[in-house]
Amino acid sequence: MSSVEQARPVVHSTGAARSRRRPVGRLAARGGLYALLILGGLVMLFPFAWMVSTSFKPDRELFVTPPQLIPAPLTPENYARVAEMFPLARFVLNSLIVAAVSTSAQILTSAMAAYGFARLRFRGRDALFLVYLATLMVPLQVTIVPLFVEMRVLGLVNTYPALILPTIASAFGTFMLRQAILSLPRELDEAAFIDGASHWTVFWRIVLPLSRPALAAFGIFAFMASWNSFLWPLVVVSSQDLMTLPVGLSNLHGRYETAWNLVMAGATISVIPIMAVYAVAQKHVIRGVALSGLKG
Amino acid sequence: MVGERGWRRAATAGLFLAPSLAPLALFTLGPMAASFGLSFLRWDLIRPPRPVGLANYSGVLADPDFHAAVLHTAFFIAGYLPLVFVGGLVIALGLNQRLRGLAIFRSIYFLPVVTSWVVVALVWKWLLNPDQGIVNYLLGLVGIQGPGWWTDPAWAMPSIVLASAWKDLGFVMVILLAGLQAIPEDYYEAAAVDGAGRWARFRSITLPLLSPASFFVLVISLINSFQVFDQIWVMTSGGPAGASSVVVEQIVKHAFSYGRMGYAAAMSWVLFAAILGVTLVQFRLQRRWVTYE
Repeated sequence: MSSVEQARPVVHSTGAARSRRRPVGRLAARGGLYALLILGGLVMLFPFAWMVSTSFKPDRELFVTPPQLIPAPLTPENYARVAEMFPLARFVLNSLIVAAVSTSAQILTSAMAAYGFARLRFRGRDALFLVYLATLMVPLQVTIVPLFVEMRVLGLVNTYPALILPTIASAFGTFMLRQAILSLPRELDEAAFIDGASHWTVFWRIVLPLSRPALAAFGIFAFMASWNSFLWPLVVVSSQDLMTLPVGLSNLHGRYETAWNLVMAGATISVIPIMAVYAVAQKHVIRGVALSGLKG
Repeated sequence: MVGERGWRRAATAGLFLAPSLAPLALFTLGPMAASFGLSFLRWDLIRPPRPVGLANYSGVLADPDFHAAVLHTAFFIAGYLPLVFVGGLVIALGLNQRLRGLAIFRSIYFLPVVTSWVVVALVWKWLLNPDQGIVNYLLGLVGIQGPGWWTDPAWAMPSIVLASAWKDLGFVMVILLAGLQAIPEDYYEAAAVDGAGRWARFRSITLPLLSPASFFVLVISLINSFQVFDQIWVMTSGGPAGASSVVVEQIVKHAFSYGRMGYAAAMSWVLFAAILGVTLVQFRLQRRWVTYE
């Protein structure tokens, strides 16, 4: 399996160069470095802490000076209120349905196409692969107007299929998985073909299991992209029952512009699933970004 | 010529490719072609479309709102790019040491990258609230009267720049850190033996060998800068008084609020051409400053 795993950058450090310096200066430099990194870390974490803190504040505590990081009294009431006024659970469910279907469909369609490009020989293969790569350059803004018109013609505006269908194939995923499949040894495939296996069997029984790390990395990206996507759901869905979390949240804010404790409660709920994914998979995510340069 | 084997091959290839090719054709390639055609029409989705030639394009290029959007984008790039690049580089250099807790720091700095733009925009809108926001409260503690941030036309774009740089810093850091870690240790040691100081080593080893990663960050960041939308939609909706209006936000408004489908399509092609042009120029210029080993 280890041969399949993508190469990880080896950690080099300038330790050897540094050890030549005097110990006191080194200690001070190290202390300063930690101070800088911790300060930066606080800048990164504080907005999240403030979001959670605000979400537990009763209305009258919201505008108190000096502001309290740990609210007293602390109340979970905002969560109940926001759930009562806004179908937050529904938004979570919609986001989950869309992300789950879109991610699994993308993994399957991309892996199949990747196998086609990496292992099959047919006329026009390289030209077709170039077409796939070309679609990577086209931003959503260029296709969004006709895509919306298309959904209207098909009678799909304000439906789950409208949210899901445009995301079930991924040129990026095809590209990424093709590279992974190309790096697999062909001997196993060939042995299976001699035993009379079909391409489908080789794909399903040999290539897919061996590509698991790449499939996982791509799956995480696809899930995060779907969970956080905003523009397309904003345009194609207007009924509250079908809104995904980002669209629902932005609506919640539009409706209760100054009720920051409610808005922050909604925001807190919406980051929990993605934080859970990140906590479990963060090594894959960061390594994947470093290698592919893809934005999470 | 093709023969039976050829047909079987084609059939197998079709089986594997159709599940992704069909959606790509229907939902990306088709709409792309349609968008190009649409950009030569006037269409409000209600009355039948009417061909107008290049009128949409000349309209976009003469549109003062579009000019304003271009200016705002330039302002965004001028503020955002130095912030994320220098910030990301400083943190990456800091993390590229044999440090305890490196993984934890890296995960923390990366946290905003995985968070959705809507959440980040809402949180920053609250932090930068002119009257009750914590940022202005803290500024007040050190005797600074905080600005009106997103409620003030002069401060709307800076607010968006600040939130965007905070969100993307971790992304830039991870790319640059991977670049730093790929620089062989011996180079530094050889330079140190030759008596090169820290700054000399940084200038003549780190910066040139980091240039491919920097180039990548620059290309991606510029493409993203042209497409800024989510944070603007949530934080300001392009306001106040159009002070933070950008191209994608205008595309969405023209298409879905004013029913000007052709005009919006033309604007999207102008945007795409601009992105493509800037990216090509960068690839041209890279020979001057990017060193590949």
